[in-house]
Amino acid sequence: METFITIIAGILFTVGTYLILNKNLLRIILGITIFSHATHLMLLAINGLKKGAAPLLGENAASYTDPVPQALILTSIVISFALTAFLLVLGYRTYVELGTDNMKHLRGNSHE
Amino acid sequence: MTLLHIAILIPFFSVPLIPLLYKYVHRIHTGWFVMVIPVLLLIFFARYYSVQQPLEPVIHSVPWIPSLNIHFTIYLDSLSLLFVLLITGIGALVVFYSIFYMSKNREKLHLFYAYLMLFMGAMLGSVLSDNLLVLYAFWELTSVSSFLLIAFWYHRKRSRYGAQKSMFITMSGGFSMLLGFIILYVASGTFSIRELIAFGDLVSQHSLFIPAMFLILLGAFTKSAQFPFHIWLPDAMEAPTPISAYLHSATMVKAGVYLVARLTPIFGGHQEWFWTITITGLITLLIGSLSAVRQSDLKALLAFSTISQIGLIMSLLGIGSVALNSQYSGSSLLFAGATLAAIFHLINHSIFKGCLFMMIGILDHETGTRDIRRLGGLIHVMPVSFTLTLIGAFSMAGLPPFSGFLSKEMFFSGVLMTSRNMDSWFIIIPIIAWVASIFTFVYCMILIFKVFIGPYQPKRLDRKPHEAPIGMLISPMILAALVVILFFFPNWIASSLLEPAVKAILPQAFANGEEWHVHISAWHGFNTELLMTLGIVILGTLLYKYFNKFRNIYEIMPLRFSLNQAYDIGLVAMERISGKITRFYMTGSSPRYLSYLFVFLIVIVGGSLFLQDAFILDLSNNAPIELYEYMLGFTMVAAAIYMVFTKSRLISIIAVSVIGYIVSLFFVIFRAPDLALTQLVVETISTALFLLCFYFLPKVSRYVTPVKFRISNAIIAIGVGLTLTLIGLTTQGHHLFDSIAEYYKDSYTLAGAKNMVNAILVDFRAFDTMLEIVVLFAAGVGIYTLINLRHAGRKNQ
Repeated sequence: METFITIIAGILFTVGTYLILNKNLLRIILGITIFSHATHLMLLAINGLKKGAAPLLGENAASYTDPVPQALILTSIVISFALTAFLLVLGYRTYVELGTDNMKHLRGNSHE
Repeated sequence: MTLLHIAILIPFFSVPLIPLLYKYVHRIHTGWFVMVIPVLLLIFFARYYSVQQPLEPVIHSVPWIPSLNIHFTIYLDSLSLLFVLLITGIGALVVFYSIFYMSKNREKLHLFYAYLMLFMGAMLGSVLSDNLLVLYAFWELTSVSSFLLIAFWYHRKRSRYGAQKSMFITMSGGFSMLLGFIILYVASGTFSIRELIAFGDLVSQHSLFIPAMFLILLGAFTKSAQFPFHIWLPDAMEAPTPISAYLHSATMVKAGVYLVARLTPIFGGHQEWFWTITITGLITLLIGSLSAVRQSDLKALLAFSTISQIGLIMSLLGIGSVALNSQYSGSSLLFAGATLAAIFHLINHSIFKGCLFMMIGILDHETGTRDIRRLGGLIHVMPVSFTLTLIGAFSMAGLPPFSGFLSKEMFFSGVLMTSRNMDSWFIIIPIIAWVASIFTFVYCMILIFKVFIGPYQPKRLDRKPHEAPIGMLISPMILAALVVILFFFPNWIASSLLEPAVKAILPQAFANGEEWHVHISAWHGFNTELLMTLGIVILGTLLYKYFNKFRNIYEIMPLRFSLNQAYDIGLVAMERISGKITRFYMTGSSPRYLSYLFVFLIVIVGGSLFLQDAFILDLSNNAPIELYEYMLGFTMVAAAIYMVFTKSRLISIIAVSVIGYIVSLFFVIFRAPDLALTQLVVETISTALFLLCFYFLPKVSRYVTPVKFRISNAIIAIGVGLTLTLIGLTTQGHHLFDSIAEYYKDSYTLAGAKNMVNAILVDFRAFDTMLEIVVLFAAGVGIYTLINLRHAGRKNQ
């Protein structure tokens, strides 16, 4: 299971990188989102999966899954959400102000 | 702090006071106040001098940065005293001269004197410091103040060019010198020159000893305008003439000479030292005198003559260093004669060159030009100036009864002695020296006769020339008087200054206590030296007479210009090449920069994984996979790959949310209920945001512009994916120690919580959560600002 998830995360990393290297602003933002999904999956997979019950003491289980990466990922999800939201609005503003979403056209003036 | 330290610092203390004086006491020329400082310093240092008794070295140390072995140590011996007397003495005369030269109303006198005092303090510090790093600090200060003084008339383009050039050359030399000093420190563990000399062989056995020698020599050669670094000096002539007289003839260009003399006890025994200094000095001597002859600007002529005379002093120091070489230990005291000649000529040169520069300044001041072709026949108009120039120029040419004659004779006996005592082909050294001296004679004649004799052409002059005011003439008069006095009474300084200075430069040669006394006399009888001088006078006169006939030869020898051109072209080329390199990789396109980042990630992280053989694949701990889990995984991969190829904006947004929802399903499977919940909510909001943003776009094009499949991007992407996958797999098989999760299983007793994840978030590691809330808040404020401030910005426009 861990190997499988890691490989999937690797594929997501590949796709995310390819999208980030794009010239289209929307695709870049989507690529960053995929990148963070892949990171979360990888973080979980590295620590071992399905090694016990959910980390709730009420379960009274013999063993629980590791709660630390879950707490880390929870923080990370919120932060990447904040980033995505901000990037989206920034991209939207760029559209409105400059009328383009192509990074090639967003290079500023040559005399700068 | 001793009086000596204070003496060095006084000029620095005066720097902030001078502008105040200039501003509030405008009736009196600021120079009068400034002149007090060098005069006081001269009196102070002159007390260390006595005609009969050589000075016992004085050492005073004040800790500056003791933890780094940097002490402000002053070491005053005869060699330093000689330089100090030159600096303060000529400094006082130059300040006095400048009172009459610099106009009170037109020039920014406060800057002029502030820079000048800065320079004087720096120069005093350089020659009195025993600590190499303190010496370096003062050394760079002389470069900085010289830079400021050359560009004193900063509205002129040539001044700025000359200042920049001298800055570049002397600073790069100074920097390499610092490197050499640091190597010496590494070799010996001390920055003190005296201790370095005492360590002797220990230092010279270090493997970087010879490189250190060359690095330090580079510093000395750039400062003293030796070949091929002499090109800055002629351009430095854009400075006001008192500055040229002081810095660029008498003091700063001698700093390199001082350094060579001071460090001779450390390096002198080595062949490389002798060869480098002697050859460089001789080349400089020859090139300087050859180039001086062709100049039509009087200051340029003097600049080249300075270059050539300092080359002469350098070559003599090189020859003198043979005295320390073990091969010639039998005749070491013979070579000491060359060092004596160097020191004596150094004094003479400072005196007559200072005098000559002041005379050129007077000519410039009274006639409005320095161009030889416009001057002539001034002997009747300016008889005093003529006499003073004559004295200076004849001393420079090496004619009796002026002090230059004595040192020139000693120079000849030095080079002749070298050719006699070393290999036979060393005969080339006296020949070069002799040829250079002939040309020296020629340009000295030009200086006198083209300016003062010949047709008087008042129409070609801007002003009606007349004799200079007496105040201006006093300083060169004193210097000219010194030239004559030194000829008749050279022994006034022989045993008190010259002899101990030579012993300070070559201490090892006198270690076994041999008797060696300096006695300078004008008459040696009929010997080779005298014949050489006669030859110079005869050949020089002939050359001067027929100068116009062979002048064209100079058009074939464009050596000076080619060096200047190399400098100019080099500067332009460096700028152009660095511009090209920068433009090559700084394209302004962010995908390009990102690909640099990713390539470095692949190369460094992936490469080290590969090179260290770190990759481990351990499948033994893997949990079993159910069929539906496979299906979820493949759906996710399919959605991701579909994103790469789709052209529809909407479909790519939906594909990303498919990935997000599957991630939250995986969280469910992986027993992470809180994660699943959060992921579900966040994914929903994100998708809504995506759709919202692109629904309200002005020109709604539902398709993204078709993007070509780029193979290079694909390779980078696959590389990144592969690297991260390999790292992930390696980490799984590589658990170094157990998780700390066991601790959190006590969360109920520790924190009263049954949900471990939440306990970690708000109790064990609540600080993260707080800052995460701050992040969300910041993003919210950012979004609000982005949307709302748009219209406000428009209105302001």
